[in-house]
Amino acid sequence: MARRVLPGLPLTLGVTLFYLALIVCLPLAALVYKAASLGPEGYWRVVTSARAIASYQVTVGSALVATLFNVVWGFALAWILTRYRFPGRRLLDAVVDLPFALPTAVAGIALTALFAENGWFGAILADVGITVVYTPLGIMVAMAFTSLPFVVRTVQPVLEDLDPAVEEAAQSLGARDGRIFTKVILPLVTPALLAGTSLAFARSLGEFGAVIFIAGNQPNSTEITALLAFIRLEEFDYEAAAAIASVMLLAAFVMLAVTNVLQARALRFTRTD
Amino acid sequence: MAATPTSVPRVGNGPRRVGDGPLFRRALIGTVVTVTLLLLVAPVALIVARALEAGVGAYWATLTSPDTAHAIGLTVLVALVAVPINTVFGVSAAWAITKFTFPGRRALITLIEIPFSISPVVAGVAYLFVYGLQGLFGPALQAAEIKVMFAVPGIILASLFVTAPFVARELIPLMESQGRDEEEAALSLGAGGLRTFLLVTLPNIRWALLYGVVLCNARVMGEFGAVSVVSGNVRGQTNTLPLQIELLYQDYNTAGAFAAASVLALLALVTLVVKVVLERRGAGRRGGGH
Repeated sequence: MARRVLPGLPLTLGVTLFYLALIVCLPLAALVYKAASLGPEGYWRVVTSARAIASYQVTVGSALVATLFNVVWGFALAWILTRYRFPGRRLLDAVVDLPFALPTAVAGIALTALFAENGWFGAILADVGITVVYTPLGIMVAMAFTSLPFVVRTVQPVLEDLDPAVEEAAQSLGARDGRIFTKVILPLVTPALLAGTSLAFARSLGEFGAVIFIAGNQPNSTEITALLAFIRLEEFDYEAAAAIASVMLLAAFVMLAVTNVLQARALRFTRTD
Repeated sequence: MAATPTSVPRVGNGPRRVGDGPLFRRALIGTVVTVTLLLLVAPVALIVARALEAGVGAYWATLTSPDTAHAIGLTVLVALVAVPINTVFGVSAAWAITKFTFPGRRALITLIEIPFSISPVVAGVAYLFVYGLQGLFGPALQAAEIKVMFAVPGIILASLFVTAPFVARELIPLMESQGRDEEEAALSLGAGGLRTFLLVTLPNIRWALLYGVVLCNARVMGEFGAVSVVSGNVRGQTNTLPLQIELLYQDYNTAGAFAAASVLALLALVTLVVKVVLERRGAGRRGGGH
């Protein structure tokens, strides 16, 4: 007899497929269709224009720095949250999700005001000659803020599941802490760390709300790709907007594929039972 | 769920583990907590400080000014429409994917998660090419005098795209782990499909469902990039609260911008508290993120 005794497959699957087609697939197809209307030559000209290339460099470069910062900060956060007990630990654990909960526009104006020359941090940094607001550094700060939870939340469960016996074994063989960390712990955590890193990087590539307030939005120096697509729209150059958005879409799919591979690997590593 | 038999609460006299040296431990906690306070907590503190700078009276006056009050109303309206729709979608998708086996289930899960990977700006631009004047249905819609883009329907559609995965992604792993035995038992005892769902499935998934709904709502109310493309930014008409923040900020009305921002910051804090409460009841917390 068929396993399918439960009712509702046609209805629920129908609703799901119809909704995904209407809400997700149709717009993305329309975007690609619009971009394709430029023809191969026109498309290539738009997506490789000097201003577009500069925007890719700003976006990818800032996202790389922000992600590297989060690998260290996020790993350290996950480490102290899982391995130490201290007052306020649960509160700190909840605070980690703040960037997910706080709307990006709110984060954007708050970070800008903090780092502005007359702001709480900006005034101090100005004394040592560092300007954050309206520079690539500001873009990095905004990206680091919005993507931090990805690293923490991916690494945390793996650190929690680490078997203390592994460390004990290394200790009984005479290994020092530093060596156990690099030779035993880090290799076990690396797959999850990579997966979290790739999620954080992907998020940074597409971040808009938090970035545009703190970035100077000057073409060729502090203009991110998402903003360039937006500007092309406001100039009524719809094909160019579609073309640039399609580049971001492609980057998103590449990152999705990379993340899926890394997550599958991370899962294989953690599954000890 | 790898149970680690050796790790009884390892506070106190458990085996000494890597990084347990008191000096290292204190230095690391001190550094990480300081950086986190400066980068995550300070922005929220600043919003509260700036919003109340001119006094509670001025704060209240800004929030109740017609444009901002309208933006708050529109934001609530969009959430009231978008969140239930994505809840129904999430439950349907989770039911189809976890209670049945059919080819392409993995692909379907990936498809559901796609909006999380796509920049909200790209989503907004894409919607313009469906319902905008330059889009597939634009001319037909104009002929019928239906305005979707640069109007409330467009804002709702863009919000639906961005938050489509929230409920589904909370329910799918949970319902997968619960299997279908209980539902099959209920059916064999003569309960109908709807009754089985309401009396058997729903109680099992309620916390995860609520968790997904709360996160979905927070994101709908805070969405900026996608909505910013499709709204047209008409003051007092198509500005949601995040867009109103940008507008006030560009008008050099920082007090107003921070007053509006404080409402969303409060929403974020409430969301975090609800999240923690629901996680204690077993919802959420599987690593990853959104």
